[in-house]
Amino acid sequence: MASADQPDARLAASGLKARFPQVVDRPSLDHAAVNVPAQAVPAVLKSLKEEWGFDMLVDLTAVDWAAGASPRFTVVYHLYSTERHDYMRVAADCPIDSAPVVPSVTALWPGANWHEREVYDMFGIRFEGHPDLRRIIMWDSYPHHPLRKEFPLAGIDTELPDADVAAETGAKVRSAPMMGGPFVASPGQINMTEAEPGAKDESWTEKDEKP
Amino acid sequence: MATDFTFPDASAKNAAFESETEKMSLSMGPSHPSTHGVLRLQMELDGEIVTRADPVVGYLHRGDEKIAENMTYNQFVPYTDRLDYLAPLANNMAYAIAVERLAKLEVPPRCQAIRVITAELARISSHLMGLGAYAIDVGAWTVFLYTFGEREKLYRLFEELTGARFTTSYTRIGGLARDVPEGWLGRVAKFCDEFPPILEESMNLLTRNKIFMDRTVGIGVISREDAIAYGLTGPNARGSGVPLDLRKDRPYSGYEQYEFDVPICTGGDCYDRYLVRGEEMRQAVRILRQAVERFPGGPWFATDAKKIFAPPKDKILTSMEELIQNFMLVTEGPQMPAGEVYFEAENPKGVLGFYIVSKGGGVPWRLKIRSPSFCNLSILPKVCVGALLTDIVAILGSFDFVMGECDR
Amino acid sequence: MVSASTELAYNSKIEGDVIVSRADAVINWIRTNSMWPMPMGLACCAIELMAVAASRFDIARFGAEVMRFSPRQSDVMIVSGTVTYKMATAVRRIYDQMAAPKWVIAMGACASTGGMYRSYAVLQGVDRLLPVDVYVSGCPPRPEALLDAVIKLQEKVNREPSARRLLSARGLLHG
Repeated sequence: MASADQPDARLAASGLKARFPQVVDRPSLDHAAVNVPAQAVPAVLKSLKEEWGFDMLVDLTAVDWAAGASPRFTVVYHLYSTERHDYMRVAADCPIDSAPVVPSVTALWPGANWHEREVYDMFGIRFEGHPDLRRIIMWDSYPHHPLRKEFPLAGIDTELPDADVAAETGAKVRSAPMMGGPFVASPGQINMTEAEPGAKDESWTEKDEKP
Repeated sequence: MATDFTFPDASAKNAAFESETEKMSLSMGPSHPSTHGVLRLQMELDGEIVTRADPVVGYLHRGDEKIAENMTYNQFVPYTDRLDYLAPLANNMAYAIAVERLAKLEVPPRCQAIRVITAELARISSHLMGLGAYAIDVGAWTVFLYTFGEREKLYRLFEELTGARFTTSYTRIGGLARDVPEGWLGRVAKFCDEFPPILEESMNLLTRNKIFMDRTVGIGVISREDAIAYGLTGPNARGSGVPLDLRKDRPYSGYEQYEFDVPICTGGDCYDRYLVRGEEMRQAVRILRQAVERFPGGPWFATDAKKIFAPPKDKILTSMEELIQNFMLVTEGPQMPAGEVYFEAENPKGVLGFYIVSKGGGVPWRLKIRSPSFCNLSILPKVCVGALLTDIVAILGSFDFVMGECDR
Repeated sequence: MVSASTELAYNSKIEGDVIVSRADAVINWIRTNSMWPMPMGLACCAIELMAVAASRFDIARFGAEVMRFSPRQSDVMIVSGTVTYKMATAVRRIYDQMAAPKWVIAMGACASTGGMYRSYAVLQGVDRLLPVDVYVSGCPPRPEALLDAVIKLQEKVNREPSARRLLSARGLLHG
């Protein structure tokens, strides 16, 4: 019952393409989806919101296609129309791979504020025009962007958020032990030899013990 | 009414001494009985009135989305339990359907009916918890104990079906972990008969209770435009007049065959949200009765999904082909085509969405969890301003959020 | 008399209204039967903790009468749920604010060892930061398991040399 979308979302997509020539179709398994250049995002989303009835921004996220790919980051918006009950996916590739920047849409939807802070926190993508761009999920002084593909799942050793507790207990943020641990697989295709738990030792062993 | 009293203007009183009052900053949480988990609310107060509120979330961030990039689709099911840990069966179902959309796989009617029954039971469980916690925050201990007594009955049902009281990990991609045991449906029907009188009794303690009404009527008003602008969903949106219920608007898993109403309130205050949740529990009982009555026979898993759902255990242990099939499924995961999907389900807390980007194979490339509590909490900086400090507790309770979902 | 300790004995014919006992026995008896928990309820285990406090698995009958959210008024911190690095410092601070004697129960897999969350954000066991007395396994543990942990903690406390600690020059340092 993976329903093809109501005709109106497809109409919106073709209407958008007529108005904004840089908008192209995006292959999608379910909803209507378009690719938009990053600078055109506020104008396109404004048009979708005001003319085509997509009044709710339900999700704002990003995808990291890994260090080799270019463009490396894609910001994906999901819009929902409360009248027609259908979705539109808008994807925008970030122009600069090493310092990705995308215009913010908090002026259109105040709810985008937190979503953009989360994308900044997890990926390091900056949003131009955001009123208060700081970390939301990790603590403010955390030095890394966890959802980037080169960041290991186990984490990287850093300091605890509060210096006084760190001094008192001597604890640090340590990478989690993966040895003998969960059967984690490599994303995409799995290589059978790499999928064994022993091969995924990212941190401690019997010799390097837990302190 | 709580807002009948007008506060004397503090600055006018002190005008002879100073030109402006000093504001106090107060940090509520992250360990606080009324914050429903680990939410920290940094507030600036002018006397008792909140002038600024900045929620700090992330104290329960466990890295679910990164973990999902390293697990096969079936291995991720236990992590979905712990998102909204008050209604794990609903999360399981939302995730399973999202992945099935990726494979364009349709599960048989019996599986859909079981999923609907478990989701509605989870809805009742979650709203009972929300009601109990809200009541205990505004000072009514009794309601908490009554609702927890009912939740124990639900836990018994869940335990019989899935093996665990909650955190059930019950669905699989393409089906479920097991079929319903004998007599279970009869016990669900019995629960449907026993539950409404106790629900009425618990709600009667609060609905026309003057103290409860003073604490909740007119407090924390969210307008309809704000609800849509901030992406509020679920009872929080329906309490503000937004007629958004995905079970009716975009039915999934067979919801279109059941008759039920969706309660909408127009006031947008805490009392309305409480009423919406209470009525949703009654409607959930209605759906349950219909689902149990019309329960279909047939297979409880997708029978034509060789690379997605494991064959039955007796075949695995005796026949070579099924053994190899199971081996491939466990080691490599259910094989999904490349592409992306976004599916949202109507969870008790709101709309839970899964955005899955797949490059083929058994492990997703990116899995984003659109969390209803995260979006519901984003309106806090606006709603809390101008409220009394004691009203903050009532507002937080009426939002009924859960941090496991918010922080993932 | 509900004491497991055999040193606390009372025979009214001989003693009259005076009970003679070892100080340790009395102090431990008082401590074990009035151990107020500080529920560090972080995640799903907190729901099971609430279920333990509710009417079916009443924890109050073991002396843990009220869940005191104030560290100053509680004796045992029940860490229930995943401790993330962001939250860990708050947990340690609250532990430091508790008055001695204090104990810690690590409830659930996440609090004991990090559970199934082997990731960058999760503290792999709260015993990295606090001394833990009882670990409870389970995800989440059944309420009966938590009650068993409370009983085990009571047995542990009964074996402590409390009087010596009270009177020693070092004061009440938790050991």
